[in-house]
Amino acid sequence: MINLSLKLPGLSLKNPIMPASGCFGFGHEYSDFYNLSKLGAIILKAATSRERFGNPTPRVAETASGMLNAIGLQNPGVMNIINHEVPFLSQFDTNIIANIAGSTLEEYVEVAKSFNETDQVHALELNISCPNVKEGGIQFGTDPNMAAHVTEAVKKVSQLPVYVKLSPNVTDIISIAKAVEAAGADGLSMINTITGMQIHLPSRKPLIANKTGGLSGPAIKPIAIRMVYEVSQNVNIPIIGMGGIQNAEDVLEFLLAGASAVAVGTANFQNPFVCSEIIDELPKVLEKYGFSSVQEAIGKGIMA
Amino acid sequence: MINKEKMKILSVRSIAHQTIEMVLESEQISKVALPGQFLHIQVGNLTLRRPISIANNCSETGRITILFKVNGQGTNELSSYQSGEMLDILGPLGNGFPLESRSESTVLLIGGGIGVPPLYYLGKTFRCKGIKVISILGFQQANDVFYEDQFSELGETIIVTNDGSYGFKGLVTDVLERISAFDCYYACGPKPMLKALTDKLTDKEGFISLEERMGCGVGACFACVLPTTDGNGYKKICKDGPVFPAREVKL
Repeated sequence: MINLSLKLPGLSLKNPIMPASGCFGFGHEYSDFYNLSKLGAIILKAATSRERFGNPTPRVAETASGMLNAIGLQNPGVMNIINHEVPFLSQFDTNIIANIAGSTLEEYVEVAKSFNETDQVHALELNISCPNVKEGGIQFGTDPNMAAHVTEAVKKVSQLPVYVKLSPNVTDIISIAKAVEAAGADGLSMINTITGMQIHLPSRKPLIANKTGGLSGPAIKPIAIRMVYEVSQNVNIPIIGMGGIQNAEDVLEFLLAGASAVAVGTANFQNPFVCSEIIDELPKVLEKYGFSSVQEAIGKGIMA
Repeated sequence: MINKEKMKILSVRSIAHQTIEMVLESEQISKVALPGQFLHIQVGNLTLRRPISIANNCSETGRITILFKVNGQGTNELSSYQSGEMLDILGPLGNGFPLESRSESTVLLIGGGIGVPPLYYLGKTFRCKGIKVISILGFQQANDVFYEDQFSELGETIIVTNDGSYGFKGLVTDVLERISAFDCYYACGPKPMLKALTDKLTDKEGFISLEERMGCGVGACFACVLPTTDGNGYKKICKDGPVFPAREVKL
């Protein structure tokens, strides 16, 4: 019997698989495909203090082994999420992680505070790495001091464990990881998308209306693995790994690199059953490579 | 209920310039697919599925027809599939054209280019209900024209080409006066065409079908949204649409 369960700050996971923020909406759509109680956790689409419409379309484009997106944090606002989205998900026996975003430090604090008003959310994912909004987002995630500052401010007001979502669009991700750990982060989630662009030949213009978008999908997996591998050796807080995961083998690769759990994003678009299928496959893959539990595999790919 | 199934390709043929007709054999999706809904098709190893509207469907035989224009990497690769090969398909997706509790006696179908396909399944369904169908189909030029015979079997059909190389010269909006009377219109085509139509047919009830680059196709990723005309909301083309009442969304 392979043990998939593990405990992380605020989270008691039956397995390490969770859909990534922004790739699963608020769960309604995917609840038509399978029982969401099967998931280790669900990471919600980003919440801002007030409703955001997001960017003009086109917002997505195919790339080699991946895709670009520039949705622009479209969401109904934190109170609507708490009142109308979270109650739907709380019927499922799984953990709910709320992703919080903002244009200013004050907005992050306001959104984080709002989630104190519900007991149905188990942790926060602090989104300081969205590449697709003009203000805020990534600017907090590319400077160690600002990243630490916003982490500290959110930790101060929130009753929930905080996982800081790191941007790969930096020169030295270890310094950011260390800075947010020192500022009180309970965990990390990494990586967000990598800023990219695609130019449409017939129109000679960027294909995405926002011009730039975040690259995701299998194309970025080696980058994510490298970053998890480096960061996990330099911090003592758990990492939720993500970036191009498509199957249970990919999950094991992230565990070996030092992630404790993983999030699956883009793959949901291609196969709405992917998280459920990975959960079914993971025990076989762990067994095949000589592990009897998820816990046992964490960090085992790190060479002395 | 949305299904994910493997469909066998029964036939692939070119029906006009860069335009492919593909007939698929479906077990589940065909049973419930309605006019205006679409299929989300996995093409090779591409990351994103490709949304393609249903051009015809026979729930008894399980045969679904799609028509698409070769216009990029996805449709190019899709056109290279041979009969006998399998396609991984999610569907039927979206809300189709409203069919229940409609009381029209005559409907006008207006299609532009590769917006024509979903109107064929719609027209056929109206015809079965004994509703009179008139069609205006617009294309770039003569070699782009397809399904003229099929639409003609449903009722009066006017073909328009931009350069006048076939049928009337001009745009679909240029021949509207030729239609004597109709109760409601149903349109699908490029946004500028739909905008011109809805601006012109302000006194008529109408429904339009839209397209956009999509991510998930089921309403979760917010890639294909557009604002509503009332200024304080939005609609997802994949889930709330692709069919909308004519003036509900901002074009």
